[in-house]
Amino acid sequence: MASRIRIRAQLKGGECEVKALMRHPMETGLRKDQLGETIPARFIETVTVTHNENIVLEAHWGAAVSANPFLGMQFEGGSVDDIVKVSWRDNQGETGEGETRIRQG
Amino acid sequence: MKNKQFNGMARRTFLRMSSLFALATALPAQVRAMATRPTSVFEATGVEAVFSQLGATPTRSEGIIFSVPDIAENGAVVPVKIEIDASILPDVSKLYVLVEKNPNPLAAVFGVPKTTRPYIETRVKVAQTCELYAVAEAGGQFFMTSKETKVTLGGCGG
Amino acid sequence: MKVRWAGGITSLVLVWLAGWTAAETDGVFDEYRAMFGDDNPAVFVIDEGEELWFTRAGPKSATLEQCDLGLGPGIVQGAYAQLPRYFEDVNLVQDLEARLEHCMVTQQGRSSETIHARPYSLRGDLGTEMEALVAWVAEQSRGLPIAPGQSHPEERSAYVLGESLFFFRAGPHDFSCATCHGQEGKRIRLQSLPDLTDHSGAAAAYATWPAYRISQGIVRTMGWRMRDCFRQQRMPELVMGSEASVALQTYLAVNAAGAKMAAPGLKR
Repeated sequence: MASRIRIRAQLKGGECEVKALMRHPMETGLRKDQLGETIPARFIETVTVTHNENIVLEAHWGAAVSANPFLGMQFEGGSVDDIVKVSWRDNQGETGEGETRIRQG
Repeated sequence: MKNKQFNGMARRTFLRMSSLFALATALPAQVRAMATRPTSVFEATGVEAVFSQLGATPTRSEGIIFSVPDIAENGAVVPVKIEIDASILPDVSKLYVLVEKNPNPLAAVFGVPKTTRPYIETRVKVAQTCELYAVAEAGGQFFMTSKETKVTLGGCGG
Repeated sequence: MKVRWAGGITSLVLVWLAGWTAAETDGVFDEYRAMFGDDNPAVFVIDEGEELWFTRAGPKSATLEQCDLGLGPGIVQGAYAQLPRYFEDVNLVQDLEARLEHCMVTQQGRSSETIHARPYSLRGDLGTEMEALVAWVAEQSRGLPIAPGQSHPEERSAYVLGESLFFFRAGPHDFSCATCHGQEGKRIRLQSLPDLTDHSGAAAAYATWPAYRISQGIVRTMGWRMRDCFRQQRMPELVMGSEASVALQTYLAVNAAGAKMAAPGLKR
């Protein structure tokens, strides 16, 4: 399975800009498939961004975040080659994780 | 302050404990470290109900800069961006995105530690043309701004 | 181009419109489209396609690495920009989907029936094998000029057939492709429709398919796009990789020739 998170972390001024795309259907539980069967709710509930093991963002999401979710955030500090990690957990208990090294923007 | 773990000592202690616990259970530390999900706020129907679950109707503030498109080509994916002008609104610890006419208006809440800029970008589903709200929590108080997004269906639909 | 400044705090919103067809950019949705930047979820599908190319499958437990997409066995880079083209081994003009099917059958030993059972995603799917492979192969032609084969007589007759199909009115609505895409300045609701009989309209459209369709959360192929237009015209189902589908794509590719590929694009 290819990585299910794409992350970019760039230093700009004194801040690190993080952009992440996650591979996830974000099903609301309200849609029906072609046969008329309800597609069960399946969405990311929690997302965490860490910088060198320190949490820099914690988010709780509902099913109203779009499919293949995008997250942009910025934190102070950070140096080139530091590790930025993004991880998620969905309502069915599935998890995803990806990391990247900070680059000079 | 509803969730102290996002700020100061309480949060650090909580995280340290969580990390130890995570090691013991072989789960990623960050999953364990999650603050409690505000389930009742997510389940609230209607913006007023969300505010009542939060405990206060937010005060309108110029300190919240909220970018949403005036008109969206498709409601399935509407980009939103929240920034805070800290000179007007200092110590923001949480940012909320609400979509007025969705079955459950609360789309997402972001906990922002002190070293993180109160700034987020994401994309949300907007069921129909309505008001979108950006709510900021600072020092236990709530502030907001809102903006309407018109939702269209491009081309032949689907 | 309307650029939004947010209270002087933020820098200019990065504008990247390469994935959007120029003909569709009529102003109304500029702000909406600019907010996406260059973050296209198609990246996941491209990765999955690359992985599938190198994955053993079928009764012969073979990968697709020896598949000849027109530039020689295993050569993927630049192949999409030169499709559809004539393939001597099958004596047919094929688009990418028909060619991939051919390789799955001959090299992996799979049946056409299975491949056609569900070539394109249905609601709730994250993507199909065909969509992923097409996304990756097309991405390997990014920046290269569209140059479909037109030297072989079969390739030229595919163009002629495609052109006549494009203008062929039929079905309960008496529609043709040209009804919506044959004149400048047409639109459905707020969306401008490209004139595909014209080079610039065809180029803007062809160069950006396959594309991530944000309304569906799926990468859609050019073959799917042809089939969907047929569906909306209430015509019989256009079969993936069929003579008619390949001919229509040949017509569009030739009209678009010379423009640079920029797929997978990002569309409504």
